Amino acid sequence: MTTERLKVVFAEALGLPAEKITDDLAYNSIKEWDSTAHMILVAALEDTFDVMLDTDDIIDMSSVAKAREILKKYDIEC
Amino acid sequence: MNDILLESPPYGLPKAEKQAILVGELQRLTLHHQRYCPHYQALFGHVEPQSIERVEHVPFLTVPLFKQRRLQSIPQEQVFKVLQSSGTTGQTPSQIILDAETAKLQSKVLVKIMQEWLGKGRRHMLIWDHPNVIKDRASFSARGAGIQGLSFLGRDHTYALNDDMTLNIDAIRDFYERFGSKPVLMFGFTFMVWKYGVQALAHAGVQLNFEDAVLLHSGGWKKLQDEAVSAQTFNHTVAEHLGSINVHNFYGMVEQVGSVFVECEEGHLHCPNTADVLIRQPGNWHVVEHGEAGVIQVLSAIPESYPGHSLLTEDRGRVLGEDDCPCGRKGKYFEVLGRMAKVEARGCSDTFEGSTT
Repeated sequence: MTTERLKVVFAEALGLPAEKITDDLAYNSIKEWDSTAHMILVAALEDTFDVMLDTDDIIDMSSVAKAREILKKYDIEC
Repeated sequence: MNDILLESPPYGLPKAEKQAILVGELQRLTLHHQRYCPHYQALFGHVEPQSIERVEHVPFLTVPLFKQRRLQSIPQEQVFKVLQSSGTTGQTPSQIILDAETAKLQSKVLVKIMQEWLGKGRRHMLIWDHPNVIKDRASFSARGAGIQGLSFLGRDHTYALNDDMTLNIDAIRDFYERFGSKPVLMFGFTFMVWKYGVQALAHAGVQLNFEDAVLLHSGGWKKLQDEAVSAQTFNHTVAEHLGSINVHNFYGMVEQVGSVFVECEEGHLHCPNTADVLIRQPGNWHVVEHGEAGVIQVLSAIPESYPGHSLLTEDRGRVLGEDDCPCGRKGKYFEVLGRMAKVEARGCSDTFEGSTT
């Protein structure tokens, strides 16, 4: 399940309605989540959850579910 | 792509181990493009993938062919992005067709290579270009693709130039005040860093002192050689106006985004695990010995959506050695000697024109 906060960050960064943000939404599967949007998304996640993501995190962040898993690594439950 | 190539340290595999895996990947890609790209099949359908035992057996396309044909190994509905490059010969742009998977692989390989030079953290990034270069997201220019690819390695992306190529002094000063003493990544095309970056800074009398910055630049020395600017002069002038900066040139082309050859502390361009170079003699196109000059062929295990895994470039170069660079990195290392003469370039693309028509 994708919780509200993470959903809101994704929706705003990708410019999509919140209901489109599901766990299995994948990077590069829609034109709204391309590499340009990915950098906007990463910056938004860092701001919202006060975390610094490294380059491995960025290339591993291939879906919404994966984003949550990566944030968990930094003790962020969302 | 093979996990050992992808996940091992990018300059960690010794020759025998690397070649065994890389040849297997290139063989697989040759078969894949024979099956799915009609133009490739027309050119190289006769090549038996099993007969590819060494990298030099992989057939190669010439770079101008990407201007003349739409080379695509995926169904149209899987096209995710098209990279475009006008190249040096002008009018017709090259078209590089990407699907989501190839685009992802390009980013991943590029990040793995650059981690070696930058560390894993994302550095505050100053881009020596203007922001409109990446305005159109569906269709990137070569410059846009370079910036886009490297932006994964940075944060707080700041463009140092205005749309008219003048310095954006306010942006540069603001960036410097915030990050002057922090880890910084700068990137730009060699000529632009020189002409619109450091020379403009010199002209404006600006001197900054970044404490922990790496400057990556690419795109070739030709225009700088015309102005008689050597790598030493370039690096020295960068240091004079920007501070103590580690400067790394890299070689790569829009037809093989993600596959980059970065220059080490010794001034040698290095092949990562996922790529290789060969030098061929114009005319008979035989592979020459290490140390001899010829035309550079680049091989990459990345391209799945278009047949770009083995390309003859229009650049001249020379392999300097393999696995024994004093910097300690494994893999072949080489230097680029400039563009091939026009007549040689025409000669080799004609060869292919003849066989497709």
